[in-house]
Amino acid sequence: MITDVSPLLSVRDLTVRFGGVLAVNKVSFDVMPGEVFTLIGPNGAGKTTVFNLISRIYTPTAGSIVYGGALLTEQPAHAVAALGIARTFQNIELFEHASVLQNLLIGRHTHRSTSLLDDLLFTPNARRAALVAREKVEQVIDFLELQRYRDTLIAGLPYGVRKVVELARALCAEPKLLLLDEPSSGLNVEETEGMAFWIDDIRREFGATVLMVEHDMTLVNKVSDRVLAMNQGEVLAMGTPAEVQSHPGVIEAYLGSTGDLSSLRRTP
Amino acid sequence: MRFIFKTSYAQDISLARHEGHRFWYAVLGVLLVASPWLLPEYWLAQLTFVLIYAVVGLGLMLLAGFTGLFSIGHAAFLGVGAYTQAVLTNAGLPFPLALACAGGLSALVGIVVGLPALRVKGIYLGIATLSFGFIVEEVLARWESVTGGNAGMHVKNPVLFGADLGSGTAFYFICLAVCVGATLIIVNLLRSPTGRAFVAIRDSEISAQSMGIHLAYYKTLSFAISAALAGLGGALYAHKIKFLSPDQFNIIQSIDLLLMVVIGGLGSVHGAFLGAIFLITMPQLISAAKDVLPPAVGQAPGLQSLVYGLVLIAFVLFEPMGLYGRWLKVRTFFSVFPFYRKGLFKRQKSFQKSDRLR
Repeated sequence: MITDVSPLLSVRDLTVRFGGVLAVNKVSFDVMPGEVFTLIGPNGAGKTTVFNLISRIYTPTAGSIVYGGALLTEQPAHAVAALGIARTFQNIELFEHASVLQNLLIGRHTHRSTSLLDDLLFTPNARRAALVAREKVEQVIDFLELQRYRDTLIAGLPYGVRKVVELARALCAEPKLLLLDEPSSGLNVEETEGMAFWIDDIRREFGATVLMVEHDMTLVNKVSDRVLAMNQGEVLAMGTPAEVQSHPGVIEAYLGSTGDLSSLRRTP
Repeated sequence: MRFIFKTSYAQDISLARHEGHRFWYAVLGVLLVASPWLLPEYWLAQLTFVLIYAVVGLGLMLLAGFTGLFSIGHAAFLGVGAYTQAVLTNAGLPFPLALACAGGLSALVGIVVGLPALRVKGIYLGIATLSFGFIVEEVLARWESVTGGNAGMHVKNPVLFGADLGSGTAFYFICLAVCVGATLIIVNLLRSPTGRAFVAIRDSEISAQSMGIHLAYYKTLSFAISAALAGLGGALYAHKIKFLSPDQFNIIQSIDLLLMVVIGGLGSVHGAFLGAIFLITMPQLISAAKDVLPPAVGQAPGLQSLVYGLVLIAFVLFEPMGLYGRWLKVRTFFSVFPFYRKGLFKRQKSFQKSDRLR
């Protein structure tokens, strides 16, 4: 990795406490521009909470998130997207009673160039903007092969397709940083492989940096440059996928410690 | 069955999607323009009321059907518009100016009422708007120096450039023009980023926010536009009914308005019109039925409320998509004949959406 490039996202001593629960405890990491950075860890480790902190749904108790030189923690939630951060959700949060096309057009909200008056009267300016937005959306539709679902309501789509639509919606925002919350959950082996190729392509063709939460280690190994393992809100290990997987702390978190085993052994 | 061959993106944003649309809307337009000469005076007046209620319905549809914010106090905006129009017209202001003021003042009040909508959701928003409705009704009744209190208030005929526009035909055309304008504005909104932001807020606030949609701004905007349309409708209503009293804008009226959009079909522009037609023709049908029914039933007090209640329950149970949904099904039945299946419109239930981040 080139060291003289400044990180795109820099998280320092991030802490959040919900009542008595310390959900995230002093987590620090840097995401470099152009890399795929993955958070792994058992359920309840605080991975999604980190995502929600970055997209400002939660406010951290302590610590800072710096994105592109600006302090993200000072921004309101709706301003995060305008900075070039788009995300997907673990439990798909699409606009259910709208068509795929409308969902993707909503993804272009941060790029809107019309005023309210343009919209009310549908001026030539609004028409032009609508056609430009459509053009961009069609590029994403082509990229993710969603042509046949264009006019289908989300409510009528199978889970796997919804997952792709959500990715598409995030891509429509032309993000610099893409947050993917378990992109492969609920997908079959084949669809997961497709997802791996897409993540690779997103990085190359769209030039986006990807931060993702993922459980499927095959996918993690295939696409990640660096991996951060968390457990119970704390950082266990950080490094290449291979390094992290062989880290004793990570093995302990997933499989239980050898100490536990010895305690089960009957001692004379 | 019609297959539309799309060759440009502009096709998806044009108002008429195909020849059929163009033809039938042209027919409707011609009929509406010709109706003063086709309909007897009484039915023209009813049609005028349909247009007025449709304007209000469009506003409530935007708020409840497209932004997902239910208002159980919408008659209050109607009242603000009606009384503003009455006071200003009686003071001698020209009709268009008074109309603009009525819409504008309602919009302002809408913004004020919209503020609690930023904090409360669902049933709690219903309670907030309900109490707002009571407050406005009370103000209209007590502020006697302006509104005439419970004794009511006469409204002068609309005047423009010295011409009296109070006649049935002239006023019908005014209502038609306002209604067409309101429809165009709503349709334009829905095909532009603002309207899509409303839909996004309705379906998932959390992800709307993550897409960069400013929830507070768009919710307030939705309230303002909705209230402005209700105010315009109220202004027309004032001229049509010619006599205002606070009890015309009570909770029953609010529920009627809500009934209109639910029965018309939440989330469809057509629904506002179908609902308005329902709301105006239903009392006529009931009074016609009264003569036929045995006196014990026909003359029973509260027959109308009972029928309204039953119809609402029936729609919620059997046709949640309202009259427009029913029309879609009928149309689909014929267009795919004989391949219509019973489950064609059945919504797939999904259990994966969660609200736990709120």
